[in-house]
Amino acid sequence: MKEFGYTIIKQRTIDYDQFNGRLLNEILLMEPSFKVCLSCGGCTATCSAGDLVNFNIRRMNLLLRRGETAELESEIQKCMLCGKCMLVCPRGINLRNVIMLIKKNISRNKTTKY
Amino acid sequence: MKHIVIIGGGIAGIETASALTDAGHWVTVIEKDTRVGGKLNNWSYLFPDFTPAEKIAESLLEKCREKDFSILPDTEVKAIIRNQDKFNIHTSGNQNLEADAIVLATGYELFDARRKEEYGYKIYDQVVTSADLEQLLRPGESLTVAAGKNPKRIAFVHCVGSRDEKTGNHYCSKVCCITGVKQAIELKKRLPEAEIFCFYMDLRMYGKHFEELYREAQEKYDIQFIRGRLSEASEKIDKSLLIKAEDTLSGRPLKMNVDLLVLLVGMEAGKGTASAAFSCGVNCEESGFLKSMDSLLRSNISQQEGIFLAGSCTAPMSLNDTLLHARSAAIEVNNYLKKSIK
Ligand SMILES: Cc1cc2nc3c(=O)[nH]c(=O)nc-3n(C[C@H](O)[C@H](O)[C@H](O)COP(=O)(O)OP(=O)(O)OC[C@H]3O[C@@H](n4cnc5c(N)ncnc54)[C@H](O)[C@@H]3O)c2cc1C
Ligand code: SF4
Ligand code: SF4
Ligand code: SF4
Repeated sequence: MKEFGYTIIKQRTIDYDQFNGRLLNEILLMEPSFKVCLSCGGCTATCSAGDLVNFNIRRMNLLLRRGETAELESEIQKCMLCGKCMLVCPRGINLRNVIMLIKKNISRNKTTKY
Repeated sequence: MKHIVIIGGGIAGIETASALTDAGHWVTVIEKDTRVGGKLNNWSYLFPDFTPAEKIAESLLEKCREKDFSILPDTEVKAIIRNQDKFNIHTSGNQNLEADAIVLATGYELFDARRKEEYGYKIYDQVVTSADLEQLLRPGESLTVAAGKNPKRIAFVHCVGSRDEKTGNHYCSKVCCITGVKQAIELKKRLPEAEIFCFYMDLRMYGKHFEELYREAQEKYDIQFIRGRLSEASEKIDKSLLIKAEDTLSGRPLKMNVDLLVLLVGMEAGKGTASAAFSCGVNCEESGFLKSMDSLLRSNISQQEGIFLAGSCTAPMSLNDTLLHARSAAIEVNNYLKKSIK
């Protein structure tokens, strides 16, 4: 039988019904400024870590918002907490605190999905 | 005959004056500049249909000539004193005017791009604002960069001084997205060889024909739109600029070398509006623009009885919207004066 390769495509639909928002909600409670991110990418463009390795801080925010905690946990370690991203953020988000909160709370709140 | 004093002789002020004169009132316009017309005098071709700004300015002057209202150029308001249902207005030219109603049409000021230091305006030679570019696009002007060469690659930065907590301006300036599209097309017409990019956060093509112009920019002029906010620009030895952004749709940081960087500067209420508002006790919003009774039914009516608002002193707006807002201000003033006759 012809191999169409369907099986190697992992499931990429965001299944929002499976989304466990606990970590996100905790973080929004402690750092409400994070609510207003408009995904402009200014932070990623200037990020010191992103200059050296493959790291996209804006995307971390999105992973958090979609409950994709497994990838988030390993990626977030790349941040050097320099705070440069906060200098350009047009929405004045305290990103460093968001990152700290992710690091602190992620292991407790891991979801099994993804 | 009722006397109405209009402060500000831009599009808004002149249109209000013209409509109120038609309605049979005596109107005086106070303009701090030597010329009337406001910002329009600085622009080249206008969105959405590339009408030369001069043509509109000329028809404005025509209105001033043929209608019987007076203009006091080079004049500012010193003090306004309410005297029962009239106002006494003292001007910088030492005149005293008595008015039955006042219209504030003081317009806006451009955001000072030096405040976004990371983009290098007035630090690097090849960084200009959209307002500078309007001048460069006027007939007879030529567009060259260092060493007299034509710019090969040009980038526009959206939302400079708007939607930005760092500058204290949270609002959207509304017209700069379409201004960027207009100017990108104008540049491409003059420099067909150039590559042109617009770096945006959201594209706001809210008006009639705007979306079509955006499409034309892509289809006919090969303008490229990249979704991402510039974090900084730096100058290289050859005076070209290295810009950094994230290409958010592909999720990767992006670097680009450009010969010219155009900053689409936003609008601010500015000093002219603030001082006029202060002199007659009209309130400002948090943004600095003038506050009306409400934003739906009474957007031309200030919280001070007898004082009305017209045009971009209330919020960023295009010429089109300014004209409409000015005409509706005239209707409100007329209604008010009719009521006070009884
Ligand atoms: C770069 C750029 C390009 C643009 N291009 C277009 C375009 O192509 N098409 C379009 O539709 N719109 C365009 N616009 C928008 C356009 O400029 C505005 O819609 C228009 O200028 C608003 O008119 P206005 O009369 O409300 O304000 P203004 O044009 O600002 O006029 C206000 C007038 O009041 C005077 N004034 C201010 N304070 C006082 C005071 N205290 N006392 C006395 N006088 C005072 C000022 O000197 C000025 O003459 C552009 C804007 C920008 C920034
Ligand atoms: S604090 Fe972290 S995410 Fe922000 S710029 Fe520095 S390394 Fe990048
Ligand atoms: S700079 Fe601020 S608003 Fe823009 S993507 Fe980063 S966190 Fe969000
Ligand atoms: S009109 Fe466009 S460029 Fe101007 S502030 Fe709004 S979104 Fe930004």
